[in-house]
Amino acid sequence: MTNNKNFVELEDAVVKFVGDSGDGMQLTGTLFSDTAALMGNDLATFPDYPAEIRAPHNTIAGVSGFQSHIGKRHIHTSGDACHVLVAMNPASLKANLKWCRPNAVIIVDGDIFDEKGCEKAGYQTNPLTDGSLNSYKLVNLPISSLTKSAIEDSVSDLKTGMKSKNMYCLGLVYNLFMMNLDIAGHLLKKRFKKKAEVAEMNIMVVKAGYEYAEKNNIFETKFKVGAAALEKGKYRNITGNVATAWGLLAASEKSGRPFFLGSYPITPATEILMELAQHKSLGAKVFQAEDEIAGICSAIGASYTGSLACTTTSGPGLSLKSEAIGLAVMTELPLVIVNVQRGGPSTGLPTKSEQSDLYQALYGRNGECPVIVIAASTPANCFYYAYMAAKYSMEHMTPCILLTDGYIGFGSQIFKIPKMADMPPITPPIAKENDPDYKPYKRDEKLVRKWAIPGTEGLRHRVGGLEKEDITGNVSTNPLNHQKMSEYRRDKVNKVADFIPLQEVYGEESGDLLVVSWGGTEGAVRSSVKRMIDEGKKVSHAHFNYIMPLPKNTADIFRKFKKILVCELNLGQFVNYLRSSLPEFKYQQFNKIQGLPFLVAELKEKYYEILEDK
Amino acid sequence: MAIQNTIDRANEELSRQDFVSDQMVKWCPGCGNHSILSAVSKVFPEIGYKKENFCFVSGIGCSSRFPYYVNTYGVHGIHGRANAIASGVKLANPHLSVWIVTGDGDSMAIGGNHFIHIVRRNIDVNIMLFNNQIYGLTKGQYSPTTPMGSITKSSPQGTIEHPFNTANLVLGAQGTFFARAVDTRPSLMTDIMYEAAKHDGTSVVEILQNCVIFADKAHESITGKDVKDDVQLILKHGEPMIFGKNRDKGIIFNGRELEVATIGENGVTLDKILVHDQYQKDPGLHRMIARMAPNRGGMPVALGVIRSAAYPTYDDMVEDQIAYAKENGKIKNMDDLLNSGDTWEL
Repeated sequence: MTNNKNFVELEDAVVKFVGDSGDGMQLTGTLFSDTAALMGNDLATFPDYPAEIRAPHNTIAGVSGFQSHIGKRHIHTSGDACHVLVAMNPASLKANLKWCRPNAVIIVDGDIFDEKGCEKAGYQTNPLTDGSLNSYKLVNLPISSLTKSAIEDSVSDLKTGMKSKNMYCLGLVYNLFMMNLDIAGHLLKKRFKKKAEVAEMNIMVVKAGYEYAEKNNIFETKFKVGAAALEKGKYRNITGNVATAWGLLAASEKSGRPFFLGSYPITPATEILMELAQHKSLGAKVFQAEDEIAGICSAIGASYTGSLACTTTSGPGLSLKSEAIGLAVMTELPLVIVNVQRGGPSTGLPTKSEQSDLYQALYGRNGECPVIVIAASTPANCFYYAYMAAKYSMEHMTPCILLTDGYIGFGSQIFKIPKMADMPPITPPIAKENDPDYKPYKRDEKLVRKWAIPGTEGLRHRVGGLEKEDITGNVSTNPLNHQKMSEYRRDKVNKVADFIPLQEVYGEESGDLLVVSWGGTEGAVRSSVKRMIDEGKKVSHAHFNYIMPLPKNTADIFRKFKKILVCELNLGQFVNYLRSSLPEFKYQQFNKIQGLPFLVAELKEKYYEILEDK
Repeated sequence: MAIQNTIDRANEELSRQDFVSDQMVKWCPGCGNHSILSAVSKVFPEIGYKKENFCFVSGIGCSSRFPYYVNTYGVHGIHGRANAIASGVKLANPHLSVWIVTGDGDSMAIGGNHFIHIVRRNIDVNIMLFNNQIYGLTKGQYSPTTPMGSITKSSPQGTIEHPFNTANLVLGAQGTFFARAVDTRPSLMTDIMYEAAKHDGTSVVEILQNCVIFADKAHESITGKDVKDDVQLILKHGEPMIFGKNRDKGIIFNGRELEVATIGENGVTLDKILVHDQYQKDPGLHRMIARMAPNRGGMPVALGVIRSAAYPTYDDMVEDQIAYAKENGKIKNMDDLLNSGDTWEL
């Protein structure tokens, strides 16, 4: 640990590592985040990859980044503006300078900022010398040369060794944040378990960077982010997509229903498919189908057969699945459809995030075709909501669409590891062998029909997309029967409201302004409302995870506020859904559709505008 | 030969009655589907599985009403998707005997993608593809198997599309089992269905089926009473390929292609006639046999099991991988998974 007494304590800090695709920024950012976690910080991270796999070297298109937001306080998002930016080349500086707060520490490898590099990044003059960075704390070091001198005596392959200059930067940042070098050693040994010499070299370079900064007093003022007051327990880092996969597997184990995924790769949902494919030891069957339609149709077949069946996709894929979702509604089979939303319409912005598939989830099918719609709101709670989506889908024998988005799917957060014994029970309505009263479309008081599993004696029956007669399940075109069955399917989904948790409010239960949001914007909106409250304003926040049906107390909450503002990353889908569901209230809206998350600052500006508008 | 696999066998003698549904069959009188339905209820008791272990899956079209007319588990799906739905049924529960009923439109137009992929994967299901060369349920538009030039309700000047040859498509997609039947030969249908059930892997049974309303007599040049003996070659494994009213015609291989020869003429003797090997792995000869047609140099049409080659099935490999992972994997339950990798205590 350093003896330098000259430091400031920060409640939170945003650190972003950026460089060319091959510069190892994801690893550097991950190691920094893991270190913060081990030192007791709360944190959230977000990787920022280029859309292209191997974009041209040292161009803006090839910039890869990793943002980490660490805190002593509770961290809701991966952060708006950076306290520290580490830029490995001119292009990455150019692409990310706009995310730096004034006076941010910018660490650059001066060796790379030659004329050619600057020109390739689109700079007319060298930004390190032309004065354009005067409002920041520029730390310009010859990082490549320093890395070279740190390793040249001990490695035989200097070219490969030079790849470790990202570790030199990590050492500098370790020094800046007064982090414990032993943790770097521990993490690198673990990561390169089978390559001891690689681990040793990297540890040596981290140490060299740290010591260089210390000896030369590179950072006059250091940062300290104290440990967060987190609940006691065991923690891990998790991304939203992995948490979604695990939530589904957990629901399978709890319900005793075998797990089946039918899916087709699509950004940004593919990680869920890849993660689930790793878990055959839990009996998970993962079928990479020939297309989106086969993904969901195979899942419907598996659901008929008694599996917890899921399909995972993103916006355009959900469009392709629409007809099959109708089949699952008609056959009244459980099915979890995960939509990791991205910018649309059509191919849209595949690697950017948006909340514009809500209408599609609610209404995007032919006929009267209601499904349960649930939205996760943080990387970590993807686990819980995926679990609950599976629970309600099976217990109510109806498809459920789980909405997440690219931002929470790729983002990671620390996750308090739950015990399976503490997870809520899941009890699907399985029909008993040779049940003399079994009828395919006979319903219980929840309007739920039984799940009769092929292979079971005495329950042979047929399901299908044609309208079925009440109780018997025979094909029927009877007009009154169709009305009755349509109403049953609607009421069955509405009745789920009797089982989901009541809506909670953050802040006072009444006031001048209720900010309403849903899905992946929870972190930014929560942070902004907290600041308003800190500034003495009567503002509260209702963040919705249960969309269809809405929690039963929604109107009771809305009634207690003078104004309601609905914030979402689309042109106003949830607000219009609320206008039709609860028309007795007046809603104002704040929308952004840029493929980017909300910034706390812009949200606050909007709240003030509304509060001041009498 | 009894069928060997992991599907539970019935512990009682089953009969046709066990599979008759209480629903009214609503196909047109004279439709070829009636005889196929009858063949199924005849052969299912012989196949001998527990009646609860049969599952039918269909798409959309006249043929696809089939699941409602047999008393088994069943899913009547959506247009073109029977093969995809059935893939999920079989993979989720490999102990079911899965039967897909589909048509030329369902599997070769709207569902063409799923059809080639289920065949390529060799999932152990049985596909009965009713080929009537027409869209019946939508009342008479041309299908992907309608012969070129045919006048239909959507081709008033004749179609300008080259039709699919079902066998070529299946064998091109690396099919391991292909058989061809006609709805006018019930016993051949039951024999083939039994063989299909016995085959481990995707079995495609193309049934040339007559739509009496919109494409009546489409297969007349094959099934007509006066011509059938001379144009139908009924294949039997291990037997020479002989046909004709007088059983004097046979297929020989001239080194380049197949041709018809008359036994006793030009020095052709019985031992020169090709002997059918349905189990042969190389599909070359099977392709040639499948392509034979009267309009291809006066060849007969091959009926029966053309190909039945043994390859590993997708569903078996899924089970094998899971068994291996369960045996060797460290993660045995969710608590293991949640606590795996990098974790820390606070």
